[in-house]
Amino acid sequence: MFVPSMTISPSSMINQYKFEDEPELRDLFITVDDPESHITAIETFITYRVITKTSRGEFDSCEYEVRRRYQDFLWLKSKLEEAHPTLIIPPLPEKFIMKGMVERFSDEFIETRRKALHKFLNRIADHPTLTFNEDFKIFLTAQAWELSSHKKQGPGLLSRMGQTVRAVASSVRGGVKNRPEMFTEMNDYMETFSQKINVLDKIAHRIYKEEREYFNEMKEYGPIHTLWSASEEDIADSLKGVASCIDKCCKATEKRMAGLSENLLPILHEYVLYSEILMGVLKRRDHIQSELDSKIDALANKKADKDLFSEEIGKLEDKVECANNALKADWDRWKQNMQCDMRSAFTNMADNNLHYYEECLATWESFLASQTVDCHGEEDSEDRP
Amino acid sequence: MESSEAEPSESRPEEDGAAPGSEPQPPDTMEDCLAKKMEITVSEAEKRTGRNAMNMQETYTAYLIETRAVESQNEGQCSPVDSLWRRYSEFELLRNYLLVTYPHIVVPPLPEKRADFVWHKLSADNMDPDFVERRRIGLENFLLRVASHPVLCQDKIFYSFLTQEGGWKEMVNETGFQLKADSRLKALNATFRVKNPDKRFTELKHYSDELQSVISHLLRVRARVADRLYGVYKVHGNYGRVFSEWSAIEKEMGDGLQSAGHHMDVYAASIDDILEEEEHYADQLKEYLFYAEALRAVCRKHELMQYDLEMAAQDLTSKKQQCEELATGTMRTFSLKGMTSKLFGQETPEQREAKIKILEEQIQEGEEQLKSKNLEGRDFVKSAWADIERFKEQKNRDLKEALISYAVMQISMCKKGIQVWTNAKECFSKM
Repeated sequence: MFVPSMTISPSSMINQYKFEDEPELRDLFITVDDPESHITAIETFITYRVITKTSRGEFDSCEYEVRRRYQDFLWLKSKLEEAHPTLIIPPLPEKFIMKGMVERFSDEFIETRRKALHKFLNRIADHPTLTFNEDFKIFLTAQAWELSSHKKQGPGLLSRMGQTVRAVASSVRGGVKNRPEMFTEMNDYMETFSQKINVLDKIAHRIYKEEREYFNEMKEYGPIHTLWSASEEDIADSLKGVASCIDKCCKATEKRMAGLSENLLPILHEYVLYSEILMGVLKRRDHIQSELDSKIDALANKKADKDLFSEEIGKLEDKVECANNALKADWDRWKQNMQCDMRSAFTNMADNNLHYYEECLATWESFLASQTVDCHGEEDSEDRP
Repeated sequence: MESSEAEPSESRPEEDGAAPGSEPQPPDTMEDCLAKKMEITVSEAEKRTGRNAMNMQETYTAYLIETRAVESQNEGQCSPVDSLWRRYSEFELLRNYLLVTYPHIVVPPLPEKRADFVWHKLSADNMDPDFVERRRIGLENFLLRVASHPVLCQDKIFYSFLTQEGGWKEMVNETGFQLKADSRLKALNATFRVKNPDKRFTELKHYSDELQSVISHLLRVRARVADRLYGVYKVHGNYGRVFSEWSAIEKEMGDGLQSAGHHMDVYAASIDDILEEEEHYADQLKEYLFYAEALRAVCRKHELMQYDLEMAAQDLTSKKQQCEELATGTMRTFSLKGMTSKLFGQETPEQREAKIKILEEQIQEGEEQLKSKNLEGRDFVKSAWADIERFKEQKNRDLKEALISYAVMQISMCKKGIQVWTNAKECFSKM
C-alpha cells in the first residue's frame, strides 16, 4: 500500500537512516512528503512538500515549509556539482523509468520518487561540506518566487552539464598521464563495483518478480483444498486446515515481497546511480588535472610569458590539490556509508526471509499438532519422515 | 397375468451369504491376505529392446518383481527370494483381467502410463530415470494394494503374475475374460437409459466426478507452484557468484560477502530435494485421482446390470401382453404382425395355438431369468457396497496421512530456510 501523504517525524528518521555521522549531533531535519498534482495550460507536474526543522544560527527561522518540483531538485544537484566538482553528490531518482510498465504519474512511481528525493536531501544534510552550501539553504527555505529568481542568476543548466560532457570527452581523448596511483585504484574499483552493483540490482528485481509469480499461484492453491473439503466428510477438516495454512503462507510471501521493495531494491538502485556519479566525479578530477598538465606542457614550449604562466600554474596546482583532497576524503566517507548501507540492507533482507519462514513454520506446526492430537502422541509425530 | 417388474435396486441388509457360484468367501481376518504371507517388491527397472507384435524394434522398461514367503522368517533364517521380470503392458493386462473378473470391486489403479502434471524441470519422457523410478514405486504400490485386498489377493492369475514367469500371458487369455468385458457403447447406453439405479451409486458417481476434477486441478496448480518456487530459490544462487566476485575488491566487507554467498548457494541447491519429496506427495494424490475412475467403473457396472434387468422385465411384460392378445383375440396394443395378419388374412387356430405355446415357454424362461437377474443385481449391490465402504475408509486414512506428510515437508522446508537465512544474516552483519 502506498501512502504518499505520510509525514515522517525527525525522530523516526534517525531510526530509518543509519548514517555514519552521529545522528544525535544533527541539527538539520528534512522530510519530503505530500505529493500534489498541478495542472496548468502548458503542463502537468507534481510538487512535493519539503519541511525543514533546524537549530542552526544561519537559518532565520527554525522551521520551513516549501513546495518543490523535480526540476528544482535537478537544479540543486547541478549547483552542487558546479560548486564541488570532485565531491560525491548523492543521486537523484531518474526522470523516467524506461523498464517496466510503470506509468509516469502512477502512485507507485510517485511514491518511489518521493522516497528517493527524501533520501537525496538527507544525504546532503549529512554531508560535512554540502550541508553548508548556500544553494542548498535557499532550496530548503525560499518561497517559490524567490527560488525562481535565484535560479535565473548564474550560468544556465546546459552550460553546467557541458562541464561534465567536456570532462568526459577530454579524458576519453587523451587520458591522464600523471594520475596518482590512488585514483587509478579508485577507477578500477569503481569499474568492478559498477558492474557488480548493476548485476545485483537485476538479481534483486528478478527475485521480486519470481516471488510475485509464486504469490499469484499460491493464491489459487489454497482455495482448491477448501473446494475439495466440500465433497468430503472425514477429511474435510484436514483439507480446510491445509487450505488455511497455504493462505497464511501466501500472505507471508506478500509481506516478504513488500520488504524487498521497501528496502533492498531502493538501496541497490541508489548505488547503481552512485556508481555512475562516482565515475563522473573521477573523470572531472582527471579533467582538472589535465588542465594543469596541458598548461605545464605549454609552459615547456613558450619560454616567454614564464612568470604569468607560473602564477596560473600555481593556481591550477592548488586547484588540483584541493580537488584531490576533497575527493579522497569524500571517497573514504562514501565507502564507509556504502558498507553500512549494504550491511543493513542485506541484513534486513535476511531478516525478512527469516520472518517469512518463521511465520510459515508456526502455521504448519500448529496444523500438524491439530491433526495428530487425537491419534498419536508427540513421539510418533517426531518419528515421521 | 401380471406384468413383471424389475425390482427396484435396494440393498437388503438382512440377506446374507454370497450368491451361489460366485467368488470365494473373503478371508475372515486381514492375516489371511497375501500381503501378510508374502513380501512383494518391485526392486529394479531395466531398459530393454525387443521386437513388438508388428516385428518392429522397440525400447521398453522391464521391472523386477521379487517375492519372498514371510512365514518361514525365524531368527536368522531367510527364505529364498523368487523373482521375475514384467513390463508395464503386463501389469495392464493383469488389471484389465481383474476389472472384468471382479466388477464389484474397486480395483486399485496403475501409475500413469505417461508423465502428466509435470512442472518444467521434470521431464515428460517415459525413459527419464526419475519417471521410471517413480513408476517402479507406483507399480510396487499397486501390487501391494492388490495383495492386501481381501478378495483380489486370492486370485490365481494374480498369484501367477507374481510367481510364474513363462506362459502367464497365455494363461490370462485362456480365461477368456476379454469376452466377458462389457462394451463401452453398451455401458454408455445403459448410463443414459437406466430408470431406477440405486441412489447411492448415483451419488457415488457424482462424488467420483468431483474427486477427479478437484484432484486434477490441485495437481495442476501444485505443479505451477513448484515451478515458481524453483525459480525463487534458483535466482538466489546468482547472489553467490556476484558476492564472490564483489568480495574480491572489498577489504573489510570481503569475508562477510564471500561467506554469505556460500549460504545463498546452499539455499539455491536445497530446492531440488524439497521438490523431489513433494513429487512423492503428488503421486499419492494421483493414485486417488485414478481411483476415481475405478469407482466410476463399479457404478457403470451397476447401471448396466440395472438396465439389463429393466429391459428384461420390459421384454417379459410385452411378451405376456402378446400372449394375452393372442389368447383372447383382442389387440390392445399395436403390433405390426397383428396388422399384417389383418391385412393378409387370419391365421389358422392351429397356427395361433403354436404361437401361444412358444410365447408361454419364452415367458417361463423370461421369468426365471428375471428372478436370477434380480438376485444377481442385489448381490452385486451388496458386495460392491461392502468394498466401497472398505475403500472409503482406506481413502480417508491414506489422504489424511498424505496431508500430514505434506505438512511435515513444509515444516522441514521452513526449518532449512530458517537455518540458511540465520547463517546468511550473521555473515551480512559482519560485512
